[in-house]
Amino acid sequence: MSVIILLLIASISVAALFLFAFIWNVKSGQYDDDISPPMRMLLDDKKSKDDAEG
Amino acid sequence: MEQVGTQTETKCYHCGEDCTSEIIHAYDKTFCCAGCKMVYGILAESNLCEYYEINQAPGINQRQAVRENKFSFLDDISIAQKLISFKDEERTHVTFYLPQIHCSSCLWLLENLHKLNNNVISSTVNFARKEVEVIFLHGKVSLKKVAELLTAVGYEPYISLQNITASKPKANRDKLYKLGVAGFCFANIMLLSFPEYLGVDAKEQGLLHVFRWINVILSLPVFFYSATEFYQSAWKSLKHGFLNIDAPIVLAIIVTFCRSIYEVLTQTGGGYFDSMSGIVFFMLVGRVLQNRTYDHLNFERDYTAYFPVAVTLIKDNKEQAIALPDIKLNDTLLIHSQELIPADGILTRGKALIDYSFVTGESMPVEKEMGEIVYAGGKQLSGNIEILVVKEVSQSYLTRLWNRDELKQKKNDETKSFVHFLSKYFTVIVLTIAFSGALYWFFRDKSVMWNAFTAVLIVACPCALLLCNTFTNGNILRILSNRKLYLRNAQTIEDIANVDLVVFDKTGTLTTGSFFDIQYDGRPLTEEIKQKIALLASQSVHPMSKSIAALYPRRNTGEVVAFTEVAGKGIEGIIQGDLVTLGSREYVTGSTEKDFDSGVYVAIEGSLLGKFSFKNHYRENVASLIQRLQKRYPIAILSGDNESEKRYLKLLLGENADTYFNQKPEDKLAFIKKKQAEGHKVMMIGDGLNDAGALKQADAGISVTEDSNNFTPASDAILEAKELNNLPRFIAFCKANGVIIMIAFIISILYNIAGIYFAVTGRLSPMIAAILMPSSSISILLITFGLSNLLAKKVFRNSGAN
Repeated sequence: MSVIILLLIASISVAALFLFAFIWNVKSGQYDDDISPPMRMLLDDKKSKDDAEG
Repeated sequence: MEQVGTQTETKCYHCGEDCTSEIIHAYDKTFCCAGCKMVYGILAESNLCEYYEINQAPGINQRQAVRENKFSFLDDISIAQKLISFKDEERTHVTFYLPQIHCSSCLWLLENLHKLNNNVISSTVNFARKEVEVIFLHGKVSLKKVAELLTAVGYEPYISLQNITASKPKANRDKLYKLGVAGFCFANIMLLSFPEYLGVDAKEQGLLHVFRWINVILSLPVFFYSATEFYQSAWKSLKHGFLNIDAPIVLAIIVTFCRSIYEVLTQTGGGYFDSMSGIVFFMLVGRVLQNRTYDHLNFERDYTAYFPVAVTLIKDNKEQAIALPDIKLNDTLLIHSQELIPADGILTRGKALIDYSFVTGESMPVEKEMGEIVYAGGKQLSGNIEILVVKEVSQSYLTRLWNRDELKQKKNDETKSFVHFLSKYFTVIVLTIAFSGALYWFFRDKSVMWNAFTAVLIVACPCALLLCNTFTNGNILRILSNRKLYLRNAQTIEDIANVDLVVFDKTGTLTTGSFFDIQYDGRPLTEEIKQKIALLASQSVHPMSKSIAALYPRRNTGEVVAFTEVAGKGIEGIIQGDLVTLGSREYVTGSTEKDFDSGVYVAIEGSLLGKFSFKNHYRENVASLIQRLQKRYPIAILSGDNESEKRYLKLLLGENADTYFNQKPEDKLAFIKKKQAEGHKVMMIGDGLNDAGALKQADAGISVTEDSNNFTPASDAILEAKELNNLPRFIAFCKANGVIIMIAFIISILYNIAGIYFAVTGRLSPMIAAILMPSSSISILLITFGLSNLLAKKVFRNSGAN
């Protein structure tokens, strides 16, 4: 029986962790702009391209 | 007679547009103008040519050169202060609105600004809002330089009066927090409720109590935080003496919560915590979907978004930047070419050619001589002028129009929807059932009475109606925005569906504001003469000259000798020994006969060749659009222009069409009001400031724009011009919205009847509630999504672009 209580506490705290992660995400503005991040992700950062083209 | 078009295969490497007037070969590429070439040069120098690899020809056309020192007002500390969002000893944060942002190349280039100027620390694009936040070292580079850097690569910041007068609306994240909390609690309560439903061994009854109490704790944030969304809205409508759909929902939430707490306290049951948190969660999802806003669009714009933030003031023979609100009477302002006139004034120097099309709806620019009055809102087209301010900005003709009281009121969206109307009856019926059930049990078996009464209220919550309403609206808004019709809010769907009279503005709405159809009548022109005419015309900035110049693609660049321009009359010059004259009949032929036609005459060496006539350029398919609409709705056309187009419009609309000319902004507003007083639901479709009053007054005001980044006056909806011919389809689709909601509503009522059956007989166990609630919600979601997508397919079949 006490095992179940233990598991319960564990499961709820894991879920709470996700809730806080979500709140943190919203707070940091991740949900304000859902267009640029997927674009940004696909753009490579080519470092050295000194005289590749004109 | 000759119809001339331009056919050039060459496309500009930078902006991808056809190279019409000139072709520049440089860097092994072709460019349409010097501006495009210059941007390429800057990027190539800094090894930023990846810009052109991510997307083809991602650039912005640079034909319209930006005036040098345009941003010198940013050196004025008091103006700059208002634009800067943060500043410390080293760094400055500033956010610019760049309406040109349109693709991933833009994003890439703008976030690599530091490669162009290493005093820029970082730049972050917010694509949804079309903004870039730049952090730079203000010790090394000025704000003005940053703006010029952006301009140099083709992204000229749009800085308007609104930037300094209006406070920015903060992103509203409340609903998301509430949604997250509700989701967390709902999922856990659901899990903890299973033992209750599945049965627990008699030995472990203690465990059940633990579960129940955890449920109580988890339900608190839902009840006291997440559900506040509905309390606020219900309270607001009750205060206005009106029962909206949130009222019965709040009643159900409160009853469910109290009864559940009671059951746990008396140890008679597990309560309905899962059902309660479930409906709150699902309804919040619906709200969030429905209220998704289009960040880059603004439906509340007024003249401040149209006016520049600063102008050049001439004081003691020195030029200085001055913020618009600081302009005083008797100030002398210098208006550069292509700038807006910010205040009513008297022209004191230079010759004005002012484009009032946006303000008054006149399609032809107006010429003004010294001493004449120029009104605020017009755009100076040729050369610099000076004006003496006779009315302050807030007093001018244009702003006065805006400050009229009737236009300041916000529309009352709350009370109109038929959903609220339905829910009112719904509430009354539910209460009747609940009370009669209670009455019945009062005489039969008092122990069941409370149970039955509360159960009816719990199960009959119109959450399904609310869900189908919000989800359908949300989905329809999404489908419409994919087709470039952006609505201000969900209520607008219904407003559009209810319309029974459609009013169009002409200039800029049915016609494109920017160019004219030109027709040449007269002696046939040889290729050589065409070239000469084009060359001469290209010397002037008058829109008519520009149109003629664009008519004949120039091969070679010759020289014009002794070029003279008489404002309002015409131009002449000697090209390869021939005197070419272009202009009004009087100017070219010397005839003093009055000529009402807006034609341009052409002569070479004094002998008249012929005449170019100009006609407004109607958008594609306008005729078929109007004919289709006319089958269902009466149509009226209001134009700020003179009657010269009347004949053509009659041809287009039929003899009985309602057309009104010389309509001032007030007249348009009055027209809408009159029709509304006659009981019509009016849809107004317009584009400019001159339509602003009418757009706001109309039951559904739609502003048409060439591209959604441009300035649009306050309205209920923004439609991209190329989708205008889909208007009948849009209306049909908005009408479908009501049908879908009704269907979903009938289904939800069936669920409710089943629930009420269990409830009045006193047998509504938490388990049945827990099954009924999510299954009804989910099936309704599927139905509304399926139906609206299906109808969208049907309505927009054969409509061309997606």
